[in-house]
Amino acid sequence: MTLKIDRDHSRFRDIVRGRIRQGLRKYISHGELLGKKGKELVSIPIPHIDVPRFTFGSKNQGGVGQGDGKPGDPLDSGEGEEAGAGEAGQGEGDHVLEVDITLDELADILGDELQLPSIEDKGKSRIQSKKDKYTGIRRVGPESLRHFKRTYKEALRRSIASGSYSPEMPLIVPQSEDKRFRSFRTDEQPVANAVIVYMMDVSGSMGDEQKEIVRIESFWIDTWLRRQYDGIESRYIIHDASAREVDRDTFFKTRESGGTMISSAYQLAADIIEKDYPASDWNIYPFHFSDGDNWSTDDTSLCMKILRERLVPVSNMFAYGQVHSPYGSGQFIKDLREQMASEEKVVLSDIPDRDAIVRSIKDFLGKGR
Amino acid sequence: MAALGFSAETELPAYLKKEQDKIEKTARSVGLDFFPTVFEILSYDRLNEIAAYGGFPTRYPHWRFGMEYERLAKSYEYGLSKIYEMVINTNPAIAYLLEGNSLTDQKLVMCHVYGHVDFFKNNFTFRSTDLDTLGRVVPTEFSSQGYDPNRRWIDKMANHGSVVRRLIARHGVEPVEAFVDACLSLENLIDPHAPFIVRKRVEDEPEEGRSEPEVPRLRAKDYMEDFINPDSYLEAERKKMQTARDADKGRFPKQAEQDVLLFLIENAPLEKWERAVLTVIREEAYYYLPQMQTKIMNEGWASYNHSLLMTQHVADFSEIVDYADNNAGVMATNGKSLNPYKLGVELFRHIEERWNKGQFGREYDQCDDLDERRHWDLRLGLGKKKIFEVRQIYNDVTFLDEFLTPEFAMENKLFTFEWSERRGGYEVATREFQKVKQKLLSQLTNAGNPVIRVLDANFENKGELLLKHDHQGIDLRVDYAERVLESLVRVWKRPVLVATRVEEQPLLLRFDGKEHSRVEGQA
Repeated sequence: MTLKIDRDHSRFRDIVRGRIRQGLRKYISHGELLGKKGKELVSIPIPHIDVPRFTFGSKNQGGVGQGDGKPGDPLDSGEGEEAGAGEAGQGEGDHVLEVDITLDELADILGDELQLPSIEDKGKSRIQSKKDKYTGIRRVGPESLRHFKRTYKEALRRSIASGSYSPEMPLIVPQSEDKRFRSFRTDEQPVANAVIVYMMDVSGSMGDEQKEIVRIESFWIDTWLRRQYDGIESRYIIHDASAREVDRDTFFKTRESGGTMISSAYQLAADIIEKDYPASDWNIYPFHFSDGDNWSTDDTSLCMKILRERLVPVSNMFAYGQVHSPYGSGQFIKDLREQMASEEKVVLSDIPDRDAIVRSIKDFLGKGR
Repeated sequence: MAALGFSAETELPAYLKKEQDKIEKTARSVGLDFFPTVFEILSYDRLNEIAAYGGFPTRYPHWRFGMEYERLAKSYEYGLSKIYEMVINTNPAIAYLLEGNSLTDQKLVMCHVYGHVDFFKNNFTFRSTDLDTLGRVVPTEFSSQGYDPNRRWIDKMANHGSVVRRLIARHGVEPVEAFVDACLSLENLIDPHAPFIVRKRVEDEPEEGRSEPEVPRLRAKDYMEDFINPDSYLEAERKKMQTARDADKGRFPKQAEQDVLLFLIENAPLEKWERAVLTVIREEAYYYLPQMQTKIMNEGWASYNHSLLMTQHVADFSEIVDYADNNAGVMATNGKSLNPYKLGVELFRHIEERWNKGQFGREYDQCDDLDERRHWDLRLGLGKKKIFEVRQIYNDVTFLDEFLTPEFAMENKLFTFEWSERRGGYEVATREFQKVKQKLLSQLTNAGNPVIRVLDANFENKGELLLKHDHQGIDLRVDYAERVLESLVRVWKRPVLVATRVEEQPLLLRFDGKEHSRVEGQA
């Protein structure tokens, strides 16, 4: 049955989506969107749309409650909001409403908000793998695929119908026409045809705040690229003076100390790509985040060499994001700017603080590569 | 019921119909006096829908009903809460039951509903929802003998719905919805007393220079007259009055006007459709007002009666445990918060007990022997009569003002809480009776809204609208107030100001359609 409310409800949902558009900056920089539940759904607390009214400020209002406790005892947080008798009946206030959005929807919203172009495939053929799925039943097939239950049922049915079934001796002998077999269908499954290689500087100068920025930004990049490609793989590399590949969890949590040799990470990334992801079949996205403090100019020139010769040619885009840390000199982005000016695949972005994340995402993804 | 578009499927099944007849008879026998009541049974999604529309499925379309629906639907689906019952203040009254509830629950709900309908019919605040064929009438006589008012709000809300739909068809969704949004943020700028104010015709302006102000003389014996009231004094007084009168001249409105919505409808330069929308919003705001003014009493009264009816007449032995379980749930005080059901029912019982025992009047009030007070019992048996009178002529504010006693506050462990900066949370402030009572009353005053009045519609002779917040100890939420100013400018079409106080300092907020400004130290 359709309800009258459906129209008002979908209107509300539309407005909520609109609200997310407007408030997107705020959400990204407050990192409120990272709860990934299950495979696809993410639960986003968004404010209930408040109709503003002349109303009392809640803090100096207080109220009347009921129960034990002596003066000075705390009320559990949140209860105060509801406790005032005067507020009863009208549930206005700062209630949050959970709105479920799929990651795909989220990516679309992100795309709309930042006016991101859809990514042009490099024209590489998509890799499809074939997979057999057992979905049906048929009368012929190999013995190994015999469906025991269905076969038994058929045999039972036949023996009852023919009158040979006796409850005292419930012996059922399947004959060949009773036999039922599982049948399969071949599905084409897209497999990953894009890979993101995240590289992060975890040297002593990268603080928690810097890592948080990287984490938020890579969540959004991940979301967007996953929307663009059917399957996507991610690899994670951390480096200080040497580089190693880690899993996602470690990537965001590790804090090392020591010096910084960016070339080590580029070296490793190039190795991984050459080994696992031939450029003819894959869309390749290396992302590197650092505070821009490299060990030596020698290492920097080594970086440039690796980039020019091994990384940039195979990649759709090479992205470098530089976060500000109190210790870093921030020299590396300047070097890149000078030496990579001619390479249009190289995208550089400066991320001084959380509020800059949105602009930076736009820098990275706004080219449609 | 055709107007609602309900089919026979929402009718009560026979076994519930039988219970309803029984309960109705019993309710009458204990003295309740209610409108004819129609029960319908609905699935949870229909019930949520109707609840989202504030009881009227025929209301005008607006996204906030969808928002409310989502909240209700989600809290039902996740098992956080469900609506057991809904009853609408109309004549005949309409009540909705939730399909699939147990028989015991349905009985409980029906008993509760008859309590509400009795309250709708008899409590004076609801007289302001009586309609005449054109608009609104407020009958002043108080006899409930043969009282059968027109409260066909289903039709009225449906008319509002079609007005708004028609406007949407003509002007498009966006502009109408945006204007409804603006009006909604002014929804609480109404005067709870307005329905009961008999408007006097505005006196005509005295003709120009017709009368010199008469200075009242100080009383003096004849021979002292020249000394007590010397000419110079009279002259000075006359000048003062003249300037006051000149300042007053051209001031509009003459008196500060609390029914801001009415003021805007009558005086703002609105287009015809805008006026129609604002009128719809205002009428509906007044419809819901009595329910906000009597939340504690209304729920208390319904709970008092459901517990009386269930335990003494309706529930059989096998049901009493289920009933008690459910009733306990309704009465539960969630953590430390105040439950209007609980507060209301306890206070009604408290009143009944006091009037049964004669714990009122001068002699009792003056007795300060605690022990004697506690055992005070004159066996008057006036309790029943008293609570029926109370449910008729009080609203929440007067109810608590009159009947909240220190004994009651102590027994029910009432306290006030305050925001603690240090803790970053609320904490218990005090259990002192006067403070608890004052806090309660101040929260209920004006249905919990700040008192805002139109002070001057031609502020500084620039056609700007000046509102004044009557500060009663609690500051306005300034960011919200600024957004409301935006809505007001949308309606008034000229700059709007509101004078208030924040942190003890006067503050004047102004919005001119483009920019907000705040002037401190001026009000």
